[in-house]
Order: sequence, then C-alpha cells, then structure tokens
Amino acid sequence: MIEKRTVLTGAHFMSGDIACAEGAIAAGCRFFAGYPITPATEIAEHMARRMPGIGGIYIQMEDELASIAAVIGASYAGLKAMTATSGPGFSLMQENIGLAVMTEAPCVIVDVMRGGPSTGQPTLPSQQDVMQAKWGSHGDYEIIALAPCSVQEMFELTVEAFNLSETYRVPTILLADEVVAHMWEKVVIPPPEKIKIVNRKKPNAPPEKYMPFMPNDDLVPPMACFGEGYRFHATGLTHDEHGYPKTQSSEVQSMLVNRLCDKIRKNADKIIKVEEVMLEDADIVAVAYGIVARATLSAVRKAREKGIKAGLLRLITLWPFPEKQVAKIAKQAKAIIVPEMNCGQLVREVERAAKETPVLSISKLGEEPHTPMEIFEAIRRNG
Amino acid sequence: MIEELAHPLSKYLREAMMPHIWCSGCGNGIILNCFVQAIDEMQMDLDKLVVVSGIGCIGRAAGYTNVDSFHTTHGRPIAFATGVKLANPNLEVVIISGDGDLFAIGGNHFIHAARRNIGIKVICANNFNYGMTGGQQGPTTPLEALTTTTPYGNIEHPFNLVHLAAASGATYVARWTTLHVRRLTLSIKKLLEREGFCFIEVVSPCPEIFGRHNKMRTGLEMMEWFKKVSVVENFSDPAKAEITPEKIVVGEFVDIKKPTYERLLYEKLSQTSRESEEKVD
Repeated sequence: MIEKRTVLTGAHFMSGDIACAEGAIAAGCRFFAGYPITPATEIAEHMARRMPGIGGIYIQMEDELASIAAVIGASYAGLKAMTATSGPGFSLMQENIGLAVMTEAPCVIVDVMRGGPSTGQPTLPSQQDVMQAKWGSHGDYEIIALAPCSVQEMFELTVEAFNLSETYRVPTILLADEVVAHMWEKVVIPPPEKIKIVNRKKPNAPPEKYMPFMPNDDLVPPMACFGEGYRFHATGLTHDEHGYPKTQSSEVQSMLVNRLCDKIRKNADKIIKVEEVMLEDADIVAVAYGIVARATLSAVRKAREKGIKAGLLRLITLWPFPEKQVAKIAKQAKAIIVPEMNCGQLVREVERAAKETPVLSISKLGEEPHTPMEIFEAIRRNG
Repeated sequence: MIEELAHPLSKYLREAMMPHIWCSGCGNGIILNCFVQAIDEMQMDLDKLVVVSGIGCIGRAAGYTNVDSFHTTHGRPIAFATGVKLANPNLEVVIISGDGDLFAIGGNHFIHAARRNIGIKVICANNFNYGMTGGQQGPTTPLEALTTTTPYGNIEHPFNLVHLAAASGATYVARWTTLHVRRLTLSIKKLLEREGFCFIEVVSPCPEIFGRHNKMRTGLEMMEWFKKVSVVENFSDPAKAEITPEKIVVGEFVDIKKPTYERLLYEKLSQTSRESEEKVD
C-alpha cells in the first residue's frame, strides 16, 4: 500500500539515505530530480516510491546537469526541490549550483561522498568533497553545507537544509559520507507540529512595484514564483534589483556579489551549529565531522578514562566555516587534531582559525573510516 | 502636441531592456516579432506564460519578453523548463534559444525531453554558427562553410534538426526561415496550441558574423538566399530535409498526438492514490 502520510511520526529502523528522503518530505519537498549514482541512489528510489502518495513529483533526468537545472526550475515554479548525488555527479552539478547561487533559487543538494578523484571508489566512504562543496562552482560565492553524523541527523539536517535554503535563498548542501548514508539506525521522527518548517518570504509589493532582487534588511529578497502574476525576469548574468542584466557595471557586480556573500557571512552566527563535547577544560581538542566524529567521540572518552584532557568539537555546519568556535578552543588547547577521510581538507580552515595553536591532520583514505583507536593514539601522542 | 503612440505589441516587451543587443540584419527580431504576434492573436494569459532561454544572441529573448522569464546557463533551458512544467503544469513554458545552445552543449536535454514528450515548446533560431562569441563553427554549420574556427572550410556534417526532433519523439515539428513571417507566426500558434513536446526551427540570417565569411554580407543577401532556395513541402520526410546551399525544405514535418509526460505522470499520481484508498477500504 502506498504511504500517504507526509511525516512518518514514530520510531523507525532505517538507512541514512531513506532518512534523508523522509526528512526532505517532512520539510515540504515536493520535487525530486536525480540520476542514479552510488551511494546516493536509494534516496532517488525512495523518492520515486514516496512522491506519488503525497502528490509530489519524481523525475529521473538524463544526467546531473539536467537534474540540478530541473530542481532550480521547480524551485522557481514554487516547489521545494531536491536532488541527490555523489562526487562525479556533484562535479557535473557545479555549473548550475552557481546558477542557483546567482538567481538565489532555494534548493537542496545531497552529496553522499565516496572515494575520488574521478570514478574513484563508488562504494567506499570519503570526505573528499568538502572543498568542492565550498569552491566547486566558478566565481565568488558563499554557500551552506551540513555534515550529518548519524541516520537521525540524515533526517534532521535534511529538514534544516531546506529551512536554511528557504531562509537565505541559497542552495544548501547536505554533505553526507557513504557510511551515514548506508548505515541503518534507529530514527525518531517527531509529530509534524514539532518539526520547524521555514518557507521562503513572499513579496508584499504589487506586481508592478515588485523588484525581484531587491533585498530586505537581512539581505535576502522576497521571492515571487512563476505563474503568480509578477512577470519578472531572472538571469545568470550579473543583474540589478530588477533582475535585468548589467554586464558592464562594476558597481552592480560589486553590490550583487558582495550581497550574495554577505547574506551568508553576516548571518553566520544564526546558521552555524556545532556540538561541543568535554571542551570546558580540554587541552587537546579533536575537530571532526560526519561519521569520523563518532569514532572521535569514542577516542575522546577513552582518553578521558586515561586522564588525558581531551575534547571534541563536532562540526555540524561545515560552510560557512565555524571560525569563531575553532578560534575559541584554539585559545585553550595545546593542540588540535583533525581526523578526516581525505588528504586533509577542512584542516586548512582549522589551521587558519586556530592561528598559533598547532593543528595536526589525521588523514585516512579508502576502505573504512578511522577507528577510535587510531584517533585515540593521535590524542595520546599530542595530549 | 503630438501624442506618443505605443506600438500595439510593445506591451509584450520589456522596454527597460531596450535597446536590444542584436546586429542589423539579424533574424532574431523577426522571430521575437512573430512570437509576440502569435501570443497577441491567441490572447494568451500572460500570467501563465514562461519564456526560458539559454546562452547566445537569441538567449536574450527571454529577458525582452514581458512575462515570467529565465535566462539559464548555456545549454540548460530545456532541463530548467522541465522542472518548471512539472512543478506547475498549468504554465505554458516556451524556450527560445539557439542552435549551439540547444543542439551542441544542450543536445542531450533536447533528445530526452522530446523522448518524454513533455509539454514544453522549443523555438530554435538556427543561424549556422556561434554568433555571440564571434562566429565559430557549430552543430548546424554547413559543410565547407567558413567560420573563425573553420578557416579552411567546415568538415563536420551538420545536424538536420527537424529529422533529429522527429526521430527523438517530438509531436510537432516545423521549419521556416525568417522570410516566412506569416507562416512562422501561424506555426508558432500551432506550437502553443498543441500539447506535448513541440519544435520549430527558424533558419535565421546572421550577416554580420556568419554571412560575411560566406559571401552574404548583408541581411538582404541572406534573405535572398532563403527566398531562392526555400521550398514549402508540408509533411515531407524530415530525413530528406537536410539544409544545403541549393535547397531548404520548409513546412510542417510532424503533427501527431501522443500522451504527454505530464498527463501520464498526473494520471499515475491519481491512479496510485485511488488504489491506495481502495486498499484502505
């Protein structure tokens, strides 16, 4: 029987990919366009099963270029929209992630990270797309990326990703790793009234006065949708508040691009979420995210048992980067370690924020995430 | 005092976007003119019309049209429009774009949208080259034509766009040149009336960028070429309608009915919904 409830309130045993799809539906997502790719395919499969029951649209596009383009189109036509992919598809999407940034199209992109470069290791986990999530498309922009560390968070942070994308009119990336996506865990889905849902601001101005890219005080312009009678224009070209191309004006370019960056930078305190574990007196701090943070937590607990003052700063928001939170712990810590399933990507941001405090990358590639023992050894050596 | 008279079609255009960027002798203005003439004659609900275009000279047409409009990245207008149409099937979604945008970088989206028979309407200005970037060879450049990247003559076989569209599953396919203003306008009205994926190729003069390398320095000379070699052959075999220097077959090639993607989708939605309710009972 087809499931017609939009929020599956209750306790479930499910995979991260399915929890992500359920989070999207609970957040109000009614359009999914995607292309099969390991390890994100189950999100598409679940959306294909679920969307007909709740009046939503599922379409499998011809490639990832098309998937993200269709998502932006659906967003402009008024639906909350999402796509899901992995590294190779994420690379293809970068072009239109830039378009979504430039035209301020709210949408969610799930990237379940696998090993790269290129086709890499499709079925094995990595955290190799962290920098691509921030810098993948050309030009200057700011974006939001969240890193879930559990199946429960695959649900919760997908809801959060939609809320942030609707609030700031920015593509928001759920940057999951293969382990949290394929892992099965208990998930508790709250009743609908307990789930916070944010919808994009609509214009108050009548159509003849509406300026589609004139921001409010929060630097975010209210958004009309196609078919509502506003008859507005949007373009990937540099544009003024009317949405009209201004390709020869340095003033318009500067105003627009700075606003696109500032609407995220100046709201960073509202956007950023971290989890602080045993940091009060910590002098050796691990900064971790995704599945690696789970192993790190075990390692920190073990270190505490051995009398080492270890702590964990778990990054839930990767972009905008939690600079203040890292700077704060850097003042008290003798050393910071950054275990990551890549050659050392986010460690560069940690180094930048930590200033004088020594920062050590604990890099691991392929096969499996760090074991708690590997991270414990790093804490012990540096603690 | 002389009253300033507005052009009867000016309400369809965004005056703030003028002057347009198109060269003298370019066919894009004729295509846009025919398009707004068609929507005027049909008295379309302009609040339900969305014009989408990609990158290229004609890509500016979306911005010039005073309706909801979107100027996408290069090659992606069809994929973008697919999202718009499915999210709100009550919208009439029209793409006005060029041969390079739709058939080189965007070729994959074209064939798949046609295969799905999704109800979006595509008007392609075929000017045989990449005009905006200064006249490079493209997917419709004729054999032996001179462009800035084929300085010794083009050796690539061009696409026959109407054949490609028909073979991919489009349910309305036509070709005109910008000389055929009346027929093109009628054809655009049909394109807007039909359901499903519809396609019109408009062979369009580009004297400044393409023609000058190919012994047709003015718009007039290009139009004279169209006049000399165009043959109206309605419902002829699109496979045999290759454009050559000696012959341009124009007319309608396909006009058939086939269930649209969005109709099948919404039927499936209500069917699954009904079955689910029956099982509950």
